[in-house]
Amino acid sequence: MRYSYYPGCTIATTGIEFGLSTDAVCEALGIELVELEDWNCCGASSAHSLNHELSYSLPARNMAIAQQEGLDVVAPCPACYQHILLADRRLREDEAWRQEMEGLLGFRYTGQPHARHLLEIFGAPEALERVRGRVKRPLSGLRVASYYGCVLVRPPEFTGWDDPEHPMVMDNLMEALGAQPVDWSYKVDCCGVSLALTRADVVIQLSTRLAQAAQEAGADVIACACGMCQMNLDTRQSQAQKIPALYFTELMGLAFDVPEVGKWFGKHGIDPRPVLAARGLK
Amino acid sequence: MAIAYEPTLTFGRTVQERCGEPLMRCYFCQKCSAGCPVAYAMDLKPAQVIRLIQLGQKDVVLSSPAIWLCVGCETCGTRCPNHIRLAPMYDTLRAMAMSEGYKPDTVIFNFHRAFLDSIRLWGRVHELSMLAEYKLRSPFGSDLKADIGVGLTLLVKGKILSLPERVRGLAQVRKLYETSRSSTEVGK
Repeated sequence: MRYSYYPGCTIATTGIEFGLSTDAVCEALGIELVELEDWNCCGASSAHSLNHELSYSLPARNMAIAQQEGLDVVAPCPACYQHILLADRRLREDEAWRQEMEGLLGFRYTGQPHARHLLEIFGAPEALERVRGRVKRPLSGLRVASYYGCVLVRPPEFTGWDDPEHPMVMDNLMEALGAQPVDWSYKVDCCGVSLALTRADVVIQLSTRLAQAAQEAGADVIACACGMCQMNLDTRQSQAQKIPALYFTELMGLAFDVPEVGKWFGKHGIDPRPVLAARGLK
Repeated sequence: MAIAYEPTLTFGRTVQERCGEPLMRCYFCQKCSAGCPVAYAMDLKPAQVIRLIQLGQKDVVLSSPAIWLCVGCETCGTRCPNHIRLAPMYDTLRAMAMSEGYKPDTVIFNFHRAFLDSIRLWGRVHELSMLAEYKLRSPFGSDLKADIGVGLTLLVKGKILSLPERVRGLAQVRKLYETSRSSTEVGK
């Protein structure tokens, strides 16, 4: 399997564990990620907040580049994924705007490459079988709260996941790794996103509530699919007993027994290693 | 509130047309307000914003700090029985507020401005310089003590120090900034 890879701006910095673990598990599964040539930022939460047009045109440039490669575009960041999806939908449906973008960016839209989220790649039934076959150290006994966050599954008419209120893709993936997914009510609740930098009080409240809900459900760790969710959960929990937040790809790496796992775990604010060790996973 | 507000009769239609969402369908079930993760911190809850738009209450809506607090998580739009997506509505309200001179939430505005400046400068966001610009404009904007703690963690863990990467097609990115039809001057 081969995909165009849109890493996004945080994958080498605040989300470095996500980037490194994504590379490692894709390699382990024989999935080739070809980084999109000269990609630009999708605009994240700021473009649509101040300049709605830019939130479409910035990702449109990335879709224009992806078209040259001819492969579906995979993004690990849900915000990147959502913005690419929305821009792609508009390229399909808004002819005047499409022509304007084609003129500005010098391409002809074919609609061939589709935007995919990384989790979607691993969650497909045949991929799940490969994941099962690759597990060397099952995460037995590890209780995982799968946290999808907000824009990964929404708006549902664009994203098309199994269920926007109760998705199961990550839960099924965790089960395939031998872990025990827990039922909880906050899997698609929002962490407060970029308010972390402007209204820390709001993000502290939301992230703490999420973390406590996972703890009440009996989870040992929270599995995340988003750099913003992970960073907020990793740095903004205010209760005394904190719960580690790991990327789902890190848990895959752990189950695959990838040697670099320790390096990723060392990047966390809340070190997951004591909890994992208590479950016999060192 | 005892004050009688004069409605701006064209306001509802204008917002509806600009955001492309059928706001007049709202029958005030308040599902959006119930599910909104930041509603507790808003002076006007999402359902109230729509109702006030229907009633032409332009000043009340465009001067509300609530329109700056929406993070675009799309919970409201996902649950709306009338299929109204509120996230694009909030984008429109912020754009109208900016172009018509209503005061934004300065801290949130400065953050987004620094973010867009960074993309215009490099083509990608360079977190360290973006945060520096934001913090210069709004040093005490958020919870400074909490921010320093988080900043130190990121620094110690080697997650924030990096050199900016400049996109080769930067001229194209800047062209997108110039041609964006937003009424705001931000990011131009």
